[in-house]
Amino acid sequence: MDLEYGERYEAFRKEVRAFLEASKPEEPLAWKDRLAWLSLQIEHGYWARTIPKEYGGYGAEPDLLETVIMDEEFNRAGVARGMMAQGPSMLVPTLLAHGTEEQKRRWIGPTLRGDVMWCQGYSEPGAGSDLASLQTSATEDGDDFVINGQKIWTSTADKSQMIFVLVRTEPDAKKHAGISYILAPMDTPGIEVQPLRTMTGSLGENSFNQVFFSDVRVPKANVVGKRGEGWKIANTTLKHERSSLNANAEGTWLRLKRLMEKETANGVPALASPVYRDRLMRLQARALTMKHHGMRMLTCSLKNESPGVAGLVVKLQNCQLSFDMAALAIDVMGELGVLYEHSKYERELGFWQAYSMFSLGLIIGGGTAQIQKNIISERGLGLPREPKPAKA
Amino acid sequence: MDFGLSEDQLLLEETVRGFLADQVPITRVRELRDEEYPNDRALWQDLAELGVAGILVPEEHGGSALTLLDAALVSQSLGHAVTPAPFLASAVMAPVALRTLGGEETGAWLGAIAGGEAVFGVALTETFSIREGAGVALDGGVLRGKAMMALDALGADHILVAIGDDRLAMIRGDASGLQTNRLTTIDATRCTSELALDGVEPEAVFDGAADAISRMLDAGRIALAADSLGACESMIEQAVAYAQERKQFDRVIGSFQAVKHMCSEMIAELEPARSLLWYAAHSFDALPDEAPLMACHALAHTAEIGREIASVSTQVHGGIGWTDEQNLHFWFKRIGVARHLLGGPEFLRERAAELQGLALAS
Repeated sequence: MDLEYGERYEAFRKEVRAFLEASKPEEPLAWKDRLAWLSLQIEHGYWARTIPKEYGGYGAEPDLLETVIMDEEFNRAGVARGMMAQGPSMLVPTLLAHGTEEQKRRWIGPTLRGDVMWCQGYSEPGAGSDLASLQTSATEDGDDFVINGQKIWTSTADKSQMIFVLVRTEPDAKKHAGISYILAPMDTPGIEVQPLRTMTGSLGENSFNQVFFSDVRVPKANVVGKRGEGWKIANTTLKHERSSLNANAEGTWLRLKRLMEKETANGVPALASPVYRDRLMRLQARALTMKHHGMRMLTCSLKNESPGVAGLVVKLQNCQLSFDMAALAIDVMGELGVLYEHSKYERELGFWQAYSMFSLGLIIGGGTAQIQKNIISERGLGLPREPKPAKA
Repeated sequence: MDFGLSEDQLLLEETVRGFLADQVPITRVRELRDEEYPNDRALWQDLAELGVAGILVPEEHGGSALTLLDAALVSQSLGHAVTPAPFLASAVMAPVALRTLGGEETGAWLGAIAGGEAVFGVALTETFSIREGAGVALDGGVLRGKAMMALDALGADHILVAIGDDRLAMIRGDASGLQTNRLTTIDATRCTSELALDGVEPEAVFDGAADAISRMLDAGRIALAADSLGACESMIEQAVAYAQERKQFDRVIGSFQAVKHMCSEMIAELEPARSLLWYAAHSFDALPDEAPLMACHALAHTAEIGREIASVSTQVHGGIGWTDEQNLHFWFKRIGVARHLLGGPEFLRERAAELQGLALAS
């Protein structure tokens, strides 16, 4: 057990802190200023730090503790580091691992600088948990593929210039072997975006959409990796998605505690109610548990060791914890806890109701809780897969 | 940055677990539950030779002066094997008290702990929960009163007894005027008793012992949480193994999602709780200001997930899990009793709130 980061890293922390003190912009930022702020972060190596220079990054060696320190310091300063979007978090790692030289040079830099926004075309109405059964087809025609089909749960499709999409290019191959990973501009004729309103209403943090493809022509050169290897390539990306679902449970708990200190009923703060207080303490234990579990996972990564089953449970536990924290916040506000959409008397701009529903979305998205439990029991505990039903 | 166990700690755990698997299999535990004193002295002597008894005793008194995290790993191993042993009182709480109190006279006791020749019990319940009119008072140099749910006191050579919440007395286990009555619980592997004191002459009285009592409770809570965590670990292992061999409807039951999900939910609680426990135990030595809060949360959280794991892992076994013969109940009961020693979850959470200044008056 050694919880110190060491001298070199503490010096790095000071650097980051000094940079933030000198350069942190005032929120909210106009889009143009946000892009300038991203570029400034790249220039100093606090965003795109380990992306090679020739692709528009800062070109440092990967160092997990530096990443942790940057995240801690940006959190502390209350500003986002880089950009939480599917381009930087999912497409860029995929291109670095599987893209051609030309693809990397063309897309990585603009994606990191926020000049090009991406959305992800994976799920389909008929292919959710069983993603590999996807049916959107891409038929060869000269130098192009012609795409037909429908995608769903496409976050930010309405704001994106590009989509990375899974399509079936080899209709006769087995289901996992017939899929390719392809890049398409969203303004290609034949692509239609329809917003999908979710339960979070106007306060939702994500804009979900359905994307329809009708005879959409995309050059074959836009395939990432080899034809028919899209499943394997997408799995690299999904891994990035799961690891990015790392909730800041302690921060949310502190916010909940502050709410309970000031929210009163009959002149008494919620914290003075033994019933609510017990629930708050129960959640603190869970938040501390996940915080220290995160430190254990970080140590495994630093040592290049697999955390085994201990790593498989993180998403399941964190998402449920977020949902349960929101539930207590809503409960302590009593009849005012249900106010929403900027109603009079609404607390914290409706944050807790939105967070509750958003957390429910996270319990389902990125692999439902039930799929997580299958994975935990099969890969983590060695229980057998459920046998396939006999064909009738 | 290294949040994990060292090579030495892994070796310690492996050694203790290997010894227990070999020397105290469940058949031996079944024999011990019928004994008057479940804390078998010969077994404790063997464990002392492994270094278990003196794990927290300073080197100058013959101990190995390891950390509470090391002790927690031993405690976890004892819980995993449901071993009856006076580890909690004699190897954790008593030496922590004696170390904190310091002074010449404590040295001999620490030496006796490390050698395993003397077993120590502790009676602290009344510092946090008074029932049945219990409480011990010092009156004209002798002790009178009653202490409930004393730990490992039955058959002990010495017992540390709280007088109010800021004094400790050391008494001999065979002192005249002392009656130690076993309080039979659901768990036959842990020894709890009532002390009835009627003019007991103490060996020593320590005034201003609030800090020692507080450190004893912190260490005890963390070690007890570790014991339960080890018991939970074993119950999950047994449930998963059973699910892989038991067949119904022509399939092993572990291939049914209903059963798989039960197992996943248990391990999803256990693994993060292990991380919490490591941190709590580490804080006791390295970050003592955090230890009281972490000890409360570690024990309360383990109690909550423990109740669920004890129940669900039994359910995975179906009817056979409910029989005496299947042995699973030894773990179920060990977890059930640990939930209520040294403060139950609701008490511990209220204490956690107090420690942070959050327990506002209603």
